[in-house]
Amino acid sequence: MLTLFTSITKYICLILAGLYTYCNFRYLSIPDKEDADPLCDWQYRIVLLLHFLMSAVLFFHDMKKETVFLYISELLYFLLYPMLCRRFYHNINRLLLNNTLIFLCYGLIMLERLGFSKSVKQFVIVILASVLTLPIPYLIDKIWDLVRWRFAFVVVGIGLLLSVLAIGVTSYGARMSISIGGFTFQASEIVKILFVLAMAGMLDQAHNFKELCVTTVIAAVHVLILVGCRDLGSALIFFLSYIFMVFIATNQKRYLVLGAAAAGMAAVFSYHFFSHVRTRVFAFIDPWADISDKGYQITQSLFAIGTGGFTGLGLCQGMPKKIPIVEKDFIISAISEELGAATAIAIILICLGCFMQMMMIGTYMESLFYKLIAVGLAIQYVTQVFLTIGGAIKFIPSTGVTLPFISYGGSSLIASFLVFAIIQAMFIIQGNEDEKELSALYQSREQEMDEPDSAQEGYSAEQVSESELFDDEE
Amino acid sequence: MNCSTMKNNKRKSNHEIVACIYFFSALFFAMIAYMVYFVGFRAADLMGNPYNARTEVFNDQFIRGNILSSDGQILAKTEITENKDQDGNATTIEKRVYPFGEVFAQAVGYSTKGKTGIESLTNFYLMKSSANPVARVANELTETKSPGDNVTISLDAGLQQTAYEALGDHAGAVIAMDPMTGYILCMVSKPSFDPNTIVDAWDAIVNDPNQNGELLNRCTQGLYAPGSTFKIFMTLAYLREHGDDPSGFQFHCTGAYQDPSDDKYIVHCFDGEVHGQEDLSEAFANSCNAAFSEMGTTIDRTELRKLCDSMYFNEDLPIALTKSRSRFTVDATTDTWTMMQTAIGQGNTMMSPLHSVLITAAIANGGISMEPQLLMQITSSDGEIVRTFNWQDGNRKTLMNQEEASVLASYMRKVVTDGTASRLRDASYEAAGKTGSAEVTKDGITKTNAWFTGFAPYSSPRIAVCVVVEDGETGGRTAVPIAKKVMDYWIQKGQ
Repeated sequence: MLTLFTSITKYICLILAGLYTYCNFRYLSIPDKEDADPLCDWQYRIVLLLHFLMSAVLFFHDMKKETVFLYISELLYFLLYPMLCRRFYHNINRLLLNNTLIFLCYGLIMLERLGFSKSVKQFVIVILASVLTLPIPYLIDKIWDLVRWRFAFVVVGIGLLLSVLAIGVTSYGARMSISIGGFTFQASEIVKILFVLAMAGMLDQAHNFKELCVTTVIAAVHVLILVGCRDLGSALIFFLSYIFMVFIATNQKRYLVLGAAAAGMAAVFSYHFFSHVRTRVFAFIDPWADISDKGYQITQSLFAIGTGGFTGLGLCQGMPKKIPIVEKDFIISAISEELGAATAIAIILICLGCFMQMMMIGTYMESLFYKLIAVGLAIQYVTQVFLTIGGAIKFIPSTGVTLPFISYGGSSLIASFLVFAIIQAMFIIQGNEDEKELSALYQSREQEMDEPDSAQEGYSAEQVSESELFDDEE
Repeated sequence: MNCSTMKNNKRKSNHEIVACIYFFSALFFAMIAYMVYFVGFRAADLMGNPYNARTEVFNDQFIRGNILSSDGQILAKTEITENKDQDGNATTIEKRVYPFGEVFAQAVGYSTKGKTGIESLTNFYLMKSSANPVARVANELTETKSPGDNVTISLDAGLQQTAYEALGDHAGAVIAMDPMTGYILCMVSKPSFDPNTIVDAWDAIVNDPNQNGELLNRCTQGLYAPGSTFKIFMTLAYLREHGDDPSGFQFHCTGAYQDPSDDKYIVHCFDGEVHGQEDLSEAFANSCNAAFSEMGTTIDRTELRKLCDSMYFNEDLPIALTKSRSRFTVDATTDTWTMMQTAIGQGNTMMSPLHSVLITAAIANGGISMEPQLLMQITSSDGEIVRTFNWQDGNRKTLMNQEEASVLASYMRKVVTDGTASRLRDASYEAAGKTGSAEVTKDGITKTNAWFTGFAPYSSPRIAVCVVVEDGETGGRTAVPIAKKVMDYWIQKGQ
């Protein structure tokens, strides 16, 4: 009976994941976001249904009261959080909000399956992070003046990274976290956001080549400290976000070429100087040659994905715990094993959808500063997803970064919430401004009788630029 | 900055952003394509790995499929019997049955006490059902086990049986392969055990004080001193050193070779035979120890090492079964005595029968070594072909050029017509090969391991065979007749 139930839900969940992903891209192709509201409602319902079905499977497996309690509290969260978000900000981007929820849904369920206490811990941090980040769009819009704080961000960011370098805890060959009173805190997760804010501010204010050089030196200091910590995955994320921000700020392709050359040299350098990099490259080239040691983790991940196949073994039917640190770097392998490679691919596509949405928000931004923030965070997000998932399926050497919202870990989770809150802030600010313009436009249209020419001109110019924009994105 | 350039700049930036979106989308779609490729096409080959504990998961969902020989015999199957307890509740009991028992024991392996051999290699296929997907989902939903897929392997039951009987009571190994395709045709290892009762017999076998090594597949895991079969490598090394021209080689055999550097450095020909004046092909056919140990003292040691390293020594053989690495340790510093011993296959060199048959097959195949193949086809329980393994997809490794291969083949033919493999002379086909008799001393007792490695027919080879008999008489007397029976069967079957 249990197997029957698990199997049926498995197939239903696959269909739901597919539908959700479809809605995701359908949404991106609709120009007027108000027309997309029904789609978002559907997505939201799918998330709730997925969460219910998967929780039910987990419950029937262990028959414990705790599972039900956790489900009910998560359900409350899934009902309340989006409600509050939409109450506070009626211009919020619903796609990103829904995507956050579906990631959390998969993450929490998978963690619950891997270990109940982990899921509870993660859920507590989810609530904390949600409460903390809820006011951020308002603060950025009305109170904070982020451009002016750019040097503070630099100082705090470099300070945090240096303290990791000095007193950090080493794990898997990299010095990544600071331990304070029993809590370990992965500084680079937070610093990478400060980094984007600081660099966006400095690039926005840079008016000549010299200032650009100064900015680049500061960016390089961040990256070099991370290299010193041997946290090369984060170093790469910082580096790429900076290069693309420079590219957007200057519109000059040569910076991308320079960046690629620098990255190439850095790759050769780190291969020769860091033994754990060599280990990972060896494990990437032929993990089967040293399956019991260096290749163990990646081959276990491949076994998980391969054995699961496209439709997966069903929740609680596989052995994801065989993969070392599965709940962090290799959570996608666990998902692929039990929920199917189809689900994993749906998640990859949803992540890509998030990225596209973030970049499109970047295109809406009139201020270069906000545009750069949106682009910087989007590039960091997409790089991180690519490094994690690509590493787990052996598409690229594994780098040991987490999957935003899905992987276990407080720092990663809080950072993900922060990133999405800041992006939402950009979207909301622009939405509010557009609304103002629109109402101004209505007012001027009311006065059309008096001054028909000028009002007509403004209106059509607005229309043209918008429609051109959408041509680009298609 | 006026209004129009600002707008222009903004528009341009958006253009760059769109370019970034395209770039990362392309990366992601490449990643998804790779994942689909991996799960859809690559995974099946990798999942049988013993490090993959997950296949146990499938035990509840699938009935393990059958293993079939290339001539359609069932080598392993799952029998299901229904049992009724007192309350009348029916329970089904699955039993893995091996109809050929000891004959295929090491090759097919077992799945009841860990997994070995083909059972381990094809585990993933046997435990996966490719039958009608609707029926499969229906089975999944009704918690009925689906029958797993069947695997057809290249071993021929008739040939295997022939080789098994030909080996008689001897301990040893017989392995045969098709030189052109790389298909392994038979793989016999003795002493053997009955895989049907392995669970019960396990303790007795493992704790046996004699340590006969029944569980060992001697074809792939057994390492033996190659004896005179190593002269194949020596001859090739000599040919290469002399620009493929053997005409300069002349040796007068007086029954022994004594190296001028030390009186004690003396190697005798087998049974004290005196071969007289020989060229290279005659020395090879007579298996003249004196001639080859002299060659051993003059050959370029670095080149010999290079040659052997290019021929599967000191590396894993290209087969997915448990295997041992053949060993060759000569280098520039090796002393004269070791070289004299090495040249006649008595030094520190060790080879597996699979290695030997690979080399022979390459000689028969114009110098090209085909990757050994065991899997032929996967069929679903309702008879549909799920996957066909093409030998053409196997790796090819060129071990020597065509000319070298044909010279070696002609020498090996001469071994049959004029030399030590005389018992193959009256065969209905033209066979070629090389004998070997390696003396091994263990615990003060000297035993001879009899070797023969050869192929037939000479003009268009269809089978390469390697026979090793532990504690035999000589290669010619003990191993050649066994090889002949195997070749006889296969050549006759092909007609």
